[in-house]
Amino acid sequence: MSTVPVQAYLALALILFCIGLYGALTKRNTVIVLISIELMLNAVNINLVAFSKYGITPSITGQIFTLFVIAVAAAEVAVGIAILISLYRNKKSVNIDEMDAMKH
Amino acid sequence: MTFSGEFLAFMSLALVAVIGGVLLLNLTKVVHMVVALVFTFVSIAGIYVLLSAEFLAAVQILIYSGAITIVMLFGIMLTRHNDTSEPNTGRWRKLLVFVGVLGFAFAVYIGIYNLDLPSAPNDLHVNNTEQIGIELYSKFIIPFEVTSVLLLVALIGSIVLAKKDDEKEAEKE
Repeated sequence: MSTVPVQAYLALALILFCIGLYGALTKRNTVIVLISIELMLNAVNINLVAFSKYGITPSITGQIFTLFVIAVAAAEVAVGIAILISLYRNKKSVNIDEMDAMKH
Repeated sequence: MTFSGEFLAFMSLALVAVIGGVLLLNLTKVVHMVVALVFTFVSIAGIYVLLSAEFLAAVQILIYSGAITIVMLFGIMLTRHNDTSEPNTGRWRKLLVFVGVLGFAFAVYIGIYNLDLPSAPNDLHVNNTEQIGIELYSKFIIPFEVTSVLLLVALIGSIVLAKKDDEKEAEKE
């Protein structure tokens, strides 16, 4: 019936998740780190929607869960950008390796 | 393998998504990175359409390629970023992270490769938005309300965090 197997969707989600993970761990700019985390959340959403269609018991619940994940991600971005602007006002920098106030 | 329309659509959307992600890693200017990621978000919306989740595709375009990208661009423009910043994090650390991510990808791919799910018929594509609405307001009404509280908390929290604290300092003096 369906020509694209569920493994293809899962593999795409895996690739996007790994790109996001690599970006979040190596980039210096805090905005890019935040947006890499968004990419990881998006990859997980693809998994949820794929299983809601091709899982053992297909149901709409996966899509509902994805909606909640999107809402939480939007809230997270708003708070993250607010923290970033507040940090920038104090430190005059957005590089993530200079935000080490809790280390020393 | 037969090259049906669904397969071609999936391959092109997946290609655009992965290219957007790779551009995110390789471009040097911060604004270009965010714009590259818009391609990824839009093609993920196309993937949702393929997975018969039309409402989620609309939400994805509205929230991700609309709101979140614009908020990120505002975040970039409100902060002075030393543009084209040379990534002088250690090469060894990058290599180590790369190897770790590759190992993780391999481990998960083994699990995906051996996955074999029996396909069951579904009717997700008929009246998708109506199904989501019925389910959301009957089974998931409490999480729905809690989400509204969460959004309110995030709204107030981000305003408080980003507000200039001039008045507070003036009160102290």
